This record gives sequence, structure tokens and C-alpha cells, in this order.
Amino acid sequence: MNTAQPRPRRLMGVLSGLFAALLVLAAAPGAVPAAHAQSKPFHWAADSSADVPYTFHDLKDQNKLTGFEYDLMQELSRHMGAPLDFINNDWDGLIPGLQRGLYDMVICGIEITDEHAEGIDFSIPYYVTSERLVVRRKGKQFTTLADLEGHKVGTIKDTQAERMLTNNTKISLSTYDEETDAFMDLVNGRTDAILIDGPIAKYYGETNPALHIVGAPIGRVQYGIAFAKGKNTELRERVNAALLAMQQDGSLHHILVRWDLWTPEMAQLTNDHTQPNVTPAAWNNYVAELQGKGGLRVKLERYAGFVPQLVRAAGLTLMVSLCAMIVAVALGLGLALLRLYGPRPLAWLAATYVELVRGTPLLIQVLFIFYGLPEFGISMSPFVAGVVSLGLNYAAYEAENYRAGLQSVAHGQMEAALALNMTHPQALRYVLVPQAFRLVMPVMTNDFISLLKDSSLVSVITLTELTQTYIRLSSAYFDYFGTGLMVGAAYLLLGLPFVRLARLAEKRLAMPHTRRR
Amino acid sequence: MNDPVVLSAEQLHKDFGEGEILCGVSMQVRKGELVSIIGPSGCGKSTFLRCLNFLEIPDRGTVTAMGVTIARNGGPWRSAEEHLAHRLRTHVGMVFQSFNLFPHLSVLDNVMLAPRVVKGGNAEADREEAMALLEKVGLAKVAQRYPVSLSGGQQQRAAIARALAMRPEIMLYDEPTSALDPIVAEEVLNVMRTLDDEGMTQIIVTHDMRFAEVASDTVVYMDGGHVIEAGPPEVLCVNPEHEQTRRFMRTVL
Repeated sequence: MNTAQPRPRRLMGVLSGLFAALLVLAAAPGAVPAAHAQSKPFHWAADSSADVPYTFHDLKDQNKLTGFEYDLMQELSRHMGAPLDFINNDWDGLIPGLQRGLYDMVICGIEITDEHAEGIDFSIPYYVTSERLVVRRKGKQFTTLADLEGHKVGTIKDTQAERMLTNNTKISLSTYDEETDAFMDLVNGRTDAILIDGPIAKYYGETNPALHIVGAPIGRVQYGIAFAKGKNTELRERVNAALLAMQQDGSLHHILVRWDLWTPEMAQLTNDHTQPNVTPAAWNNYVAELQGKGGLRVKLERYAGFVPQLVRAAGLTLMVSLCAMIVAVALGLGLALLRLYGPRPLAWLAATYVELVRGTPLLIQVLFIFYGLPEFGISMSPFVAGVVSLGLNYAAYEAENYRAGLQSVAHGQMEAALALNMTHPQALRYVLVPQAFRLVMPVMTNDFISLLKDSSLVSVITLTELTQTYIRLSSAYFDYFGTGLMVGAAYLLLGLPFVRLARLAEKRLAMPHTRRR
Repeated sequence: MNDPVVLSAEQLHKDFGEGEILCGVSMQVRKGELVSIIGPSGCGKSTFLRCLNFLEIPDRGTVTAMGVTIARNGGPWRSAEEHLAHRLRTHVGMVFQSFNLFPHLSVLDNVMLAPRVVKGGNAEADREEAMALLEKVGLAKVAQRYPVSLSGGQQQRAAIARALAMRPEIMLYDEPTSALDPIVAEEVLNVMRTLDDEGMTQIIVTHDMRFAEVASDTVVYMDGGHVIEAGPPEVLCVNPEHEQTRRFMRTVL
């Protein structure tokens, strides 16, 4: 599957180090109370975002984790007699986090290669497989790499498969961050084949009616559990012993058959040529879950099943947006007032803030606040970080709104208030701000709707809001269309009441002369 | 003319950066006096009036009102001076040419806002006093309406009531009737006459020569940033000393 080299996945390639820093802070409290050495849990990490069939969110219940590696770790825990706690981390942060001691081991389809062994220590292999070719059922049937010379082949970035393909210069290569994207392009004819690790070929290729696996297995791929280089030797030996025991007592075999991932290579490795009386239940479940694609009724039933998740995600989107808007309104007003009426250094600071925030992408700000600030000891939960970053960003825009609003209130209003012996702050509070607020009300509504949609950016900091839910559901079911419509509708439904509310408020608060019209 | 001096300005200078608007203007106003300041447009009369309550900050010169003195010597405006100006304004109310009522508040709330915000105190008593003031200027019936639904004359009377609510001893009017037609202007002038009868000290910058002549105790003629001459209207309006004043009177009367 993937190599241990950080590969830029999603938007976070560069920020893996920052991510790791965050996890130091996030993981630290979890590992505190350990009365007895035996009961102290070990921590293992994986990227559970869409990695079928390794460790992923159950299609039926997105709050539940599953996968053959996940099952393997549960079994490993039993064999070691020690609790193992799971920590989710983005792919790019997995190895940096390991090296910084955020967790003890990583199991995420990491290939045992000489290059990797320079940076990390491996357990004995827990799984051996090969690369497989996946092609469209309709069209030319390539069965070997040689057949594919002069054609376009897709694979995942920085993998053994990619290296094989680069070695053959006659094959034109398309590399992807996400498995789903690679398979989507194959289905849509943008590539002619995919060369990829056996489990992925099976779970993404064989489950797709338009695709199938062809040809003989190519090469040999071994996965190992990764440990920080040179540390944790004792734990590694315990894990190795447990893995060996699992090979010998058949429990590993059992798990792999449940996932229908038992391979000839595994039989050779474990010298276990039995055929245990186990049904591939996990595989069957997964296929059955995907089968829903067929009939409209099944599809609709599945969509209905999404509703609770979407409602939860919409709730989170709404909470983040509302809290962020409150921050934006309060801070924006403060900035506008400082800029207009504050002492010069503060006015300058406010202006600089506005320019700085407006001049940089929101996404960078979100990542910086969540992953960057922990380096300076400012660590926030994803929710707080989301609210803070959106709030700080929108405050800049609100500040400019209010500034324009305040400036458009007639100059005479301030003079009249001062002549009545109000102080500047009193004049602002009772005379200017209420008028400016009414003037900018329509713009604020607009901004809130836009914030609601921009809140999708907080999905990069592990908040499972609407957009993140869309990514999960669509990539799990290969259904970008139906789920896309549902999520789009959810955003619309969230926004509409606010448009209505804002119109009502506009009418209520409107200047008397506009109200009379 | 033996009433005490309640407001005096000495040698006020003001320059907005395009030449001096006020070139050392001085004036003394006695308690209960009604002073009209007249003169051609741009002569500095409005600027002078606005310097009296420090809406405009004079560069140099001294203003004393009801015992509060602020002396300016060309330096920056400091917070100590802002405090003094705040004290001075407790004695001085002001009415503007364009009324400047607060459009987001009803007439009654316009009158009640400053007492509530600046003085605090009893809301019920404030309301009664505000209603009494509106009664006095003939606006009790429209107390709940918003400024925009009032005529210009009504708005200006509301503005006077609003200023009076702070119980000033001195009232400043900056061309209070210039935006009004003569008939509604009369309503406003009547209010000012009533106040005069009650002993209010009033300073009015105006173009309304008839009012200046009939109602004022003193008329001041300004031109080019200087006070040219001042005196009772029967002298200044009928037989002024200076040629400049005479020429102005010929054009306006």
C-alpha cells in the first residue's frame, strides 16, 4: 500500500510536523494515570479517513472503526495481555508522530522495504500480498505490465507499485493521493489500468461492477508494524512474539479469512495450508453494504440511513458557524472602532490585522491555528480551533463592513451626541453603532451564509462536519452524486432560516424611513 | 445690563490649514442675554459658535462658560482638556442647522437618551421631564413618532427639547432656521422667544435679520474672521458705525 515517506495527501503534506506537535498535546493527557505497569495501554495509530480495508469507519455506523488491521490489533491486544488504544492521525503525520513519541506504533499498510527500515523499525511481517492489475470490464483486457506499454496506468503516490511503474518508461503514469480518485478515473476512462496492493485492488476494484482484477499477482509486498527507530525494542519484541503466536494458533489466519484477504504468500509465510471453516463475513458485509447501489429502493434506504449522520454533521456545522459569527461580530466591531476612533498605534494594528487576515487564505489560517500554534503551547480542541480561526477570519471582513457602516452614518450624529455631553464611547454605543448596525445588516446576512459554507474548511482539522461527512460517505460508497445532493441540500436548509431571520430582523431594525416604505 | 457674564471668549484663533478662519475673536455674554451673530457666509461665525462648546477646538484663545475655563495655546488637545470640555458642555446646549436628530430613536427617546446615558438617574422622572419639554415645544402629540415623519420645524423644536433635557444654562444655535421655510421657522423662533422670556442665555448664528433685529439684546457683526462691531439691534441694524456693516445691512435688509 503506502510507503512510510510522507506523501502529500489532502492539503496537509507540509504540515505533518505541525500535526505531530499537536498530537503531543492531544495525546499527553490520555496517557497519564497508570497505576500498574501491565494495565498501561499502548497507543497505536493509523489513518482511518478512507483506508478500506485497513482501518476505516464502518459503512453502517461511521462512529465504529473496523478493518482487517483494526481487527488484528484487537487480537494483538488479547495476545499481549495489554490494552491498546487507537489514535487517529492523518497519513502524513503518522511517522513524524511516531518519532516524536505521540504513540508507540503505527499499523497502516506500511511496506517493509530497505529504505523504510532506515527511518523506522519494523515488526515481523503481519501480512504478505502482491500488486494486482485492475482494468475496466469493457474494453481492452491488459493482463501484464508489458501489455500496458503506451497506456496510462494509475496508482497511489510513493508506493512500491509506483516504483515498478516508473521503472517501465513506456508506461505513462498517473499518481493519486486517494484510492477513490484513482478508481474513479479508471471507471471514467481517464486511465486504462491501476496497479495497486492486493487488498485495495480487491476492495475497490472487485466491488465495482465496471472493473475487475486481471492477470497474475505481480511482485511481493510485506506489511509491518512500525516503531520509532532504535526505541521501544522491548515492546517490539512483545509484539513480534504475539504476532508469531497469532500466526501459529491460527487467529491471524482467521481474521484474514474473515476479510477474504488470505493469500498464498501468507500460507507460505506461516506454513499454514489449512482451510479453516470460517466465512468471509467481513468481506461479505462490506460487499452487501456496497450492493445497495443496485436498486433504487435500496439506495433510498441507504440514503435514509445517512440522515442521522447528516443531521449530526449539520448540527456541528451550524454550531461552528454560529459561534464563529459571534466571535466575528464582536471582534469585527472592536476592530472597526479601533481603526476609526482608536489611538494611532492601535488603529494601525487593527488595520494591519484586517489586511493580514484578508490577504491570506482561510485554509492556511485554520491549519496554522490548529497545527502551528501548539508549537507555542497554545493548543485548542478542533471545535475551538475551528471557531477561533473562522471567527478571526470573518472578523476582518466584518470590521470593514462596520467601518463602512460607521462612516456612512452622518457626521452630524457624532457632533449632536458630543454636544449633548456624551463621551465618545457613549456616542458610539448609543448613536453611531446602532445606526451602522442597521445599515450593514444585509451584508452581515450575506457573510453568515458565506461563513456557513466556509466552515467546510474546518474538516481539515478532524471535525466531522457536513463536508467531511460527504467525503467519507461518497468515497466509501463511490457515490459522489447522491450524497452530494444530500449534503448540498443540508447546507441549503441550514442557510435558509438565517436568510429568513435576517430579513425579519432587517424589517424590525430598519431605519424608520425604510420601514415606512 | 448688570447681569453677570456667563460666557466669555477671548482672542480665539482657528486655522483649518487654509488660512485663519478666526483671527482673534472675543465676546462676552451676560446671563439671560440673547445674542445674534450675523455676517456673510464664510465669515467664521459658525466656526466661532462651535468653538464655544469645543465641537471645534480653537488653536489659541480662552473660553470660559459658567466658571469653566479652557485656555488653548496651540498645543495638542489633551485628555485633561477633553475632561474640561466635558464639564463645560454640561452648561451649554447646542442646536444645529440640520437638526441632527437620532433617526433610529423616537422623538421621546431622542430627548431622553442623553439624560439617561450621561446622568443616569430615574427613568420615570426622565420620561416625565422629557414629556414636559415636548409639551413646551408643542410636540407632546408626536412623542412616539420617528424624526423622519416630522416636518422640519417639528424636528428643530424636538432638537431644542433634546438639548434642554440636559438643563443647560446657555444655548447655542447654529443657523437654526436656515433649512426651514419662513412659516415653520416662526414656530422655532417662538420657542426661542419663550426661552428668552424665561431667562435663558442664547447665542444664535443666523441669517434671519428680522429675528435678529426684533428679538436680540445684542447683535454681533462678523466678517473675515473678525468681530467688526457689536451692539443693540436698534444701533447695529439701523445705524452701524462701520462702513462694512452698513454695506452688509444694505444688502440684506
